Amino acid sequence: MKQNQSAQAMNIGRGRQKSYWRRNIERLLPLLAVWFLTSFGAGILFVDKLDEIEFLGFPLGFFFAQQGSIYVFLILIVVYIRTMNTLDDEYQDVGPEENPS
Amino acid sequence: MSVQGWTNLLVILTFSLYIIVAIRARAGSTKEFYVAGGGIPPYLNGMATGADWMSAASFISMAGIISFVGRDGSVYLMGWTGGYVLLALLLAPYLRKFGKFTVPDFVGDRYYSQTARMVAVVCALFVSFTYVAGQMRGVGIVFSRFLGVGIESGVIIGMAIVFFYAVLGGMKGITYTQVAQYCVMMCAYLVPAIFISLMMTGRAVPQLGFGSEVLEQGVGTGQSVLQRLDGLSAELGFDAYTSGKKSTIDVFFICAALMVGTAGLPHVIVRFFTVPTVKGARVSAGWALFFIAILYTTAPAVAAFARLNLLSTLQGRSYSALPDWFQRWADAGLIEYQDKNHDGIVQYVGSNSPFANEVTIDRDIMVLANPEIARLPDWVTGLVAAGGLAAALSTAAGLLLVISTSVSHDLLKKGLRPEISEKGELLAARIAAGVAVVIAGYFGIHPPGFVAQVVALAFGLAAASFFPAIILGIFSKRVNQLGAVSGMLSGLLFTLSYIAFFKFISPELNNAEHWLLGISPEGIGSLGMVLNFSVALGVSALTPPPPEEIQELVQKIREPGPPLRHAGVAEVDSH
Repeated sequence: MKQNQSAQAMNIGRGRQKSYWRRNIERLLPLLAVWFLTSFGAGILFVDKLDEIEFLGFPLGFFFAQQGSIYVFLILIVVYIRTMNTLDDEYQDVGPEENPS
Repeated sequence: MSVQGWTNLLVILTFSLYIIVAIRARAGSTKEFYVAGGGIPPYLNGMATGADWMSAASFISMAGIISFVGRDGSVYLMGWTGGYVLLALLLAPYLRKFGKFTVPDFVGDRYYSQTARMVAVVCALFVSFTYVAGQMRGVGIVFSRFLGVGIESGVIIGMAIVFFYAVLGGMKGITYTQVAQYCVMMCAYLVPAIFISLMMTGRAVPQLGFGSEVLEQGVGTGQSVLQRLDGLSAELGFDAYTSGKKSTIDVFFICAALMVGTAGLPHVIVRFFTVPTVKGARVSAGWALFFIAILYTTAPAVAAFARLNLLSTLQGRSYSALPDWFQRWADAGLIEYQDKNHDGIVQYVGSNSPFANEVTIDRDIMVLANPEIARLPDWVTGLVAAGGLAAALSTAAGLLLVISTSVSHDLLKKGLRPEISEKGELLAARIAAGVAVVIAGYFGIHPPGFVAQVVALAFGLAAASFFPAIILGIFSKRVNQLGAVSGMLSGLLFTLSYIAFFKFISPELNNAEHWLLGISPEGIGSLGMVLNFSVALGVSALTPPPPEEIQELVQKIREPGPPLRHAGVAEVDSH
């Protein structure tokens, strides 16, 4: 059990946990910003402005509202899965007390 | 073979498939019953989530709504997919790490409060019952239209099927049946879409055909689908397809309520408890959106094609020369035609036209009648009927499971009867599922007049109650019991009373003039959510922080690593 380890090791563990969480949030925020800008931004708030531009046979705002935003959502989740996998690999030593076997 | 023959054949085949799958995947323990043993591979779970999520409303109604309202219908497309970004990024991985069975489990443990747990249970039950009644109704409509049995017998057959695999198989049975149902449903949606896209634009991919030039007798017309649609709409006095009528603020709030509501619906969240790891939960959310996106990017194309077909088929035709499907759907009461000027010619026109409109079309028929309108082969119509049933049954099963889990696990095991044995709990879960099927069936046969209205309520309530409580439970260590409970209650009461006022008490006032900030009852859940967040944060700031062990729990949820293990929750490998 981890409780038996020295206080110093515990402190390092705490610091690592905090930095993992901070880096996790740092990676979340830009993704959420893109999520907001494509759906609520391009698809709703600026839709009329963007409609003046034509894109693949669609008015651009309409495209975002009915097609584009869904593709962007999918890309966002894929990017998130990849970033988090890398981050998790870096922090494999954090939270080992839950390791089974 | 006739339409009827094809439909019977395809429905019987698909139903037998579901039953075989269900028998092969029976649940033996509570863990298998609640979360399929926590051992479903992420892509299969994604597929099951897709079937669970895409209900009769997505399959039957959504394209129809978009077809009739054009750009305003985008809120459903963005709202019902954008919620998965929130799920994947903010909820699923942490709830999986938490490692229990239900949403009330999380709310109850994180806020160390039986009251919080009970508020969550009541919300989960309410949201799920609202939803499941609508599914049963969908089953009834498909049966009565395509199989020539009454709505009543249709609902009873549907109930029997769902009862069989939900009660027997629990989450494990449901998951594997949902995978089969997903496949049936997608074939049923894509086959007619591809056919129609090919006929109208010469492109096999509907998403591409949507933006292409319209062909007539194989010759280009020089106009894209949307240009032609806008042109024809203007000519007949309808509003332009590519512009919206709703105010921007209303669209904004409705879209937000649908997104956040999606991320807060218990039957969606619980799916992420079924994968083995935290990483799996993330990947699974990605797969879920992928499988959902196939339908959701096809739907607007189907909507536009169907609209164009409908406008050019009906307007100016003499009544006697109308195609057969017109009469068949009129017999079913879903199309009404009244020859107002007695000229024997159909005037199908919009409100901006100088002429009187003579045709009323129920928008639910757009997907179901689409193959007939486009004159596709009979088997396609049969396939669409089987797909509609798959969509309704898969969602109904997922909801019934939430209901039975809420009763046996959250209400009995964690509330009234903590001493109940695993066997007793499993029995209680099965009885609860059985009772829930019967109640849902009753509402399917005798729908309360407000089924359509209460669906808005389901999303609004999920947005205003669960979502903030879960987000704050993960992203704040400071929000305490008092903050969470008062936040949930204020969000809930505000949303509930606003919707009740405009939908039931004074429906005559239900217009933009009387709405708060111009937000319709459909979008008010977003404001309820903001209220919930503010109250929860405000009350928590004024009261002492949660105990040390709760802050420790939140810390553990945030760390990387395998899901937490809890006393009393068996993590045995079931293979």
